[in-house]
Amino acid sequence: MNILVNLAGLMLMALVVWWFWLSRRKTAAPSATHEATIIVEDGVYTPASIRANAGESLTLHFERRDPSPCAEQVIFQGLDTSEFLETGKTTTLTLNNLPAGTYRFTCQMQMYQGTLIVD
Amino acid sequence: MPMPTRTQTLPVSGATCKGCSRTINAALEQITGVESVTVDLHAQQVTVTGTASRSALLDALVQAGYGTDDDQHDQDAHCRDKPEKAAVTPAQSVRLSISGATCASCVRTIENALRNTPGVDKADMNFADRTVQVSGTASTETLISAVTDAGYGAELLDNSADQQEQQEAREQAHYHTLLRHMGLGLGLGVPLMAWGLLGGDMMVRAGQTSQWIWLAIGLLTLAVLATAGRHFFVGAWKAFRNHNANMDTLIALGTGAAWLYSMVVVLLPGALPEAARHVYFEASAMIIGLINLGQALEVRARGKTSAAVKRLLDLGAKTARVVRDGEERDIPVEQVQTGDILRVRPGEKIAVDGTVKEGESRIDESMLTGEPMPVSKSEGDNVSAGTLNEGGSLLYTATAVGKDTALSQIVTLVKKAQGSKPPIGRLADQVSAVFVPTIMLIAIAAALVWFNVGPEPRLTHMLISATTVLIIACPCALGLATPMSVMVGVGKAAEYGILIRQGEALQTSSQLDTIVLDKTGTITEGKPAVTDIICAEGQQEDTVLKLAASLESGSEHPLATAILNESKQREVSLDDVTQFQALNGKGVTATLNGKAYRLGNRRWLENEGVNINLDSTPLTDKGATPLFLSEHKTLLGIIGVADRIKDDSKAAITRLKEQGLKVIMITGDIAASANAIAEQAGVDEVMAEVLPEDKAKKVQALQGEGRNVAMVGDGINDAPALAQADVGFAIGTGTDVAIESAAITLMGGSLHGVADAMAISSATVRNIKQNLFGAFVYNSLGVPVAAGILYPLTGSLLSPVIAGAAMSLSSVTVVTNANRLRFFKPKHTNGTPP
Repeated sequence: MNILVNLAGLMLMALVVWWFWLSRRKTAAPSATHEATIIVEDGVYTPASIRANAGESLTLHFERRDPSPCAEQVIFQGLDTSEFLETGKTTTLTLNNLPAGTYRFTCQMQMYQGTLIVD
Repeated sequence: MPMPTRTQTLPVSGATCKGCSRTINAALEQITGVESVTVDLHAQQVTVTGTASRSALLDALVQAGYGTDDDQHDQDAHCRDKPEKAAVTPAQSVRLSISGATCASCVRTIENALRNTPGVDKADMNFADRTVQVSGTASTETLISAVTDAGYGAELLDNSADQQEQQEAREQAHYHTLLRHMGLGLGLGVPLMAWGLLGGDMMVRAGQTSQWIWLAIGLLTLAVLATAGRHFFVGAWKAFRNHNANMDTLIALGTGAAWLYSMVVVLLPGALPEAARHVYFEASAMIIGLINLGQALEVRARGKTSAAVKRLLDLGAKTARVVRDGEERDIPVEQVQTGDILRVRPGEKIAVDGTVKEGESRIDESMLTGEPMPVSKSEGDNVSAGTLNEGGSLLYTATAVGKDTALSQIVTLVKKAQGSKPPIGRLADQVSAVFVPTIMLIAIAAALVWFNVGPEPRLTHMLISATTVLIIACPCALGLATPMSVMVGVGKAAEYGILIRQGEALQTSSQLDTIVLDKTGTITEGKPAVTDIICAEGQQEDTVLKLAASLESGSEHPLATAILNESKQREVSLDDVTQFQALNGKGVTATLNGKAYRLGNRRWLENEGVNINLDSTPLTDKGATPLFLSEHKTLLGIIGVADRIKDDSKAAITRLKEQGLKVIMITGDIAASANAIAEQAGVDEVMAEVLPEDKAKKVQALQGEGRNVAMVGDGINDAPALAQADVGFAIGTGTDVAIESAAITLMGGSLHGVADAMAISSATVRNIKQNLFGAFVYNSLGVPVAAGILYPLTGSLLSPVIAGAAMSLSSVTVVTNANRLRFFKPKHTNGTPP
């Protein structure tokens, strides 16, 4: 019994590590786009992964459905870009001449997380 | 015009199977310009490559029977285009607010009226909020009159202040929802907890009535979790599917675990050791209640952090008095177009940016520049939206409206800077990125330790320690520490006419040790003025000035302007002169009442045989240029003209020195006049005779000595030096905010702005440090205590309910501490913001 509980606990820990860190990177990247609508609701950006071509521009429509203040801002780390999102509305953000790289976009507290892949 | 080939992602709803996928493919491929279509059923989106327009694609989706979830897309276009330019041809989208619509048939009437208007591609009315979204090339006024003709009222909806109001209304609604949820959670949790604390039995005994009662309470708790706690569970699940974990994950796991365990106790008490048959429904309910309370408090506190932007938005006028066809009428400010002639009366706000066409007045620009003194405006001067007309009535021509006004640009810039982060926050960012899964690991580990080495009842201890760890950990405090302070600090600076472009500048300007000030226009006024008048015996200052000004009245030389301005200020009337001649490098000569007068430099007058019998050294010692005035061969007087130092430069420089900074003046002037100004201003060091292009090199050299250098200058000539410096301050830009070379733009002309900016930056960085320290300490103490590290000392575990209260309070504390910054006042400020 003791061994079983310990094993279960360790398995659970391994599962946490695998699911939240290891397997996350393997999620299939979407195809490149010039324009996308991202829904901001229930703590996640949908879709949470956006792919764009380097040197081109990308227009993102953020539709904020979550009224909690967590969702009020989207920040593109490393691109010096941020935007306030209004509840119940779509806020459009255009990123021009994107340099290649992988950028995270998050809310202020990084609870909402998304990835922008530029290649 | 053909659209370029592009890839677009469209949201789609209602597509559930491969058949749907085929239908969508078929529907979209028919459209001209579509090259490829990919349907992603899982993400509920369609990716289309080709030249087809977004609206054509969306229409096709709707016709094929699917939802597009994109009823906002017109509004997006609306955000990109400027409705003010409604008269120009490119297709664009505007939103009108409709009045008088009472039923669904009104909607059809309005939509049809608009659709039948030439130049309208699409008109969709949202009956719920009484707005209609129109896209096409028709002008706003045409659209409004189409609706009016149909018997309803319409108004353009593009006022950022209105949007702000709507946003506030939604925040208010959210606040009330949170309070309701709190009521539900605490309504169940508090009586249960009181029962437990007052000695009521929280144990389940098989076969007794209490088992049934506990079952009922368990179901009630489930109802609370499913209503007041729903958003935590939905958020946690959605995040989980995306391999993400957030705040919701922790709360859902914590409350869910407590509920599940308690349900097992209720349903299968026999499966557990007797001592472990304790229920924890009160913990689940209380935590949900407390966290909703915390979020409600946070919404309240956060509303205040954006007070500065709200204040700026409030500056905008709602209506403007336009002069058309000789008639004056008030129209909503959104309808003003560039080129319109507007009237502003005393005590009214300037509605849009413009140029004065007629009239004279004094305008209070303190709300934008932080300068307390009103500025006189007359024909040809620029006025800015949001400033207050104090004196007379003015007619002005609109030059920039809507999003192009300086006020709107300031708001945009401030909002943008509020979202940027100084490097000090990076560690917190790295920690919060891995925070939640790490806490989950700690919770499981804690449970295992209790299972293996803890005393009985082991199961209960496992549950409590794991739940408490999950609940007490607060990624919010950590994540909010930096952004909240930056938001308040940047807003605070804006109140003083200081625009901070990047969050990074906040941190760098709190670490400066050297400040390089450009002379002309920074320390000095930037335009020459009369400093002294020395008169020959029998002459008076005003007569000397009157003669000199009359001679110069035809000249446009900067020295002439200085003399003319002085005569205007002293209200000296001018005489008409004849035979005016300007001699390059010498001066001017003219005839008045038959006598020949000269005004120029010493050498020229000496060559003309004038006896220079007055001493001009008091002027040259001050760095002023002496101008000699003669009537034939007699010297009448000497006028000293110099670029005067600003009234408050000395005080501001003293203040900078008090902050421990080395103050250096840099100028292209010759050493003698540079030293004269330097002495008056009280700087530590002078760099004279520096060519404009070498200023950046001088800054670089200082940086080479290991100094953190700020450069203060005008944003155009000094751009390279501003960019080279660790922090560049563009000074005295008025409402010209488009200065990209400087990290900080001072709209006012006073050097106090630099000291204020540094004081605000230091205060902000200090505030961030307090927040970060608090958040790190809270988490690194709270988590081990929750795991039970104090058990050997206290003999009890921290209650999950206490953990819930602590966690809600921690993020409120961070926001409240950031709000303290709102009351910060830099010393000796030049501005007097409300």
